[in-house]
Amino acid sequence: MRIDESLTNKFGQQIEVQGKSKRRLFLTVPKAIALEVCRFLKEELGARFSTISGVDTRSAVELLFHLPIDREHLVVTLRVPVAKPDLEMPTATGVYPAANWVEREIREMFGVNFLGHPNLQTLLLPDDWPAGVYPLRKHSYDSEIENTEREN
Amino acid sequence: MAKERIIPIGPYHPLLEEPEFFKFYVEGERIVDADVRVGYNHRGVEKLSESKTYDQATFLVERICGICSTSHPFAFVNAVEDVSAIEVPERALFIRSIIGDLERIHSHLLWVGLAGHFIGYNTVFMWAWKYREPVLDMFEIISGNRNHYGMFKVGGVRRDIKENDIPGLVKAIDEVEKFCTMLLKAVIDDPVIKARTQHVGILKQQDALDLGVVGPVARASGVDIDIRRDHPYAAYDRVDWQVITMKDGDIFSRTAVRLLEIIESTKIIRQCLKQMPQGAIAADVREIGRGEGVGQHEAPRGEVIHYIRANGSNYPERHKIRAPSFMNVPSFKKTVIGEQLADAALITAAVDPCYCCTERMAAVDVETDKVIYSGEELVRLSQQKTERLRGQ
Repeated sequence: MRIDESLTNKFGQQIEVQGKSKRRLFLTVPKAIALEVCRFLKEELGARFSTISGVDTRSAVELLFHLPIDREHLVVTLRVPVAKPDLEMPTATGVYPAANWVEREIREMFGVNFLGHPNLQTLLLPDDWPAGVYPLRKHSYDSEIENTEREN
Repeated sequence: MAKERIIPIGPYHPLLEEPEFFKFYVEGERIVDADVRVGYNHRGVEKLSESKTYDQATFLVERICGICSTSHPFAFVNAVEDVSAIEVPERALFIRSIIGDLERIHSHLLWVGLAGHFIGYNTVFMWAWKYREPVLDMFEIISGNRNHYGMFKVGGVRRDIKENDIPGLVKAIDEVEKFCTMLLKAVIDDPVIKARTQHVGILKQQDALDLGVVGPVARASGVDIDIRRDHPYAAYDRVDWQVITMKDGDIFSRTAVRLLEIIESTKIIRQCLKQMPQGAIAADVREIGRGEGVGQHEAPRGEVIHYIRANGSNYPERHKIRAPSFMNVPSFKKTVIGEQLADAALITAAVDPCYCCTERMAAVDVETDKVIYSGEELVRLSQQKTERLRGQ
């Protein structure tokens, strides 16, 4: 059975499948079942953990779990939107221990708080890096557009 | 009185390119705990890339690593080509594979040489680096550069391999194979090297799977993965070669995997040089469009993965980079605890994280919390252990 079919059979309407090409599969998955989908991919379909990419979409941070299934020559990417301002996500380290450093990096760069992570200490940034500054977030011009008056 | 000005150099040593700081907690000779700090060299390349055009970013990512400089451009162009399904001309695919595997040879030889140095076998060091030179000469013939080849571009490669050069390159690769076969036998048959590397720094298969290690580190622990075979790209599915795996997960296995991979790489390069079709070396790429793409490459140290989100402009909206050492370095806790201090330099170098790490090591006494060995002294300690074994 094809990978996208086995995923829709298992999770139905909850996941949205975008079959990009025969070697790439993108799935949009709600946060609530993201880890369940990860576990299914790992245990039933033999997916390996490569990494997670964070993308700031301004209203949310998208986490993209890149999970190659080597024997199928396929890279599955789970897109999990994590809404601002809470930016909370349960840790994937229970399913994939390899996510440990990757989640630490995303916490520093995007401010996503991974609940239940064994050690969310700073990994890459200097120890004196200011709190609340996340280098890979997009700069927002919203406040500058809204304020159209200034004191002279 | 005239004031003196001080120019600070450091905390990085100017020669080192990827500093990591290891701390080992020891009881006598035995390591009981270990810790690592990275990030000394975090340059913000992902953010910088968002302000570079796709053409410029290829050069930017080439500068991430000095040793395997083509790994990142390779994965990057794969990712960008995945965004809008760009067809790359056949000849360019073969040239890409030739560059990718020449790099594997010189990177593995560099590692073998340094590993030899760490255990006090400077002959191995001299030999490995001597036989690395002809590989760099081949790079010079092909690209004009011995490192940072600047060969890759979205849609193809920048320079062709001239027909006149091919007989010389085939001859050179035959020589490299001959030397490396000799080196392979010399290293894996040596009883002292065996004594220093067998059953040392073992990474079990289950741990390797859990930690998601990649490349020769994974393959030496019996994890049969190789992007070149599992996610075929460039010309790797058009030539005949083997994925090398071993099952013990010790330093000996990692050494053997790398040395045997060199031989496989020479096969790939020879076939590519002979089978390379005529034709264009680059597709005409006007714009990248919108969308997202994932690109992988089996670098000398393992899987490199890039993710690109394109927003229709000439600049990537997001460019995520994951290098193989990011997965391999965290394995040190499994491999180093319980081992002797004299083996620490070699074990942490066995994942091939770029060698500067060992120079930045320090050993801390558990009871007094004092630093008792510097990185240099640890290398000396390792060399002394080999001397003792040789004497027996």
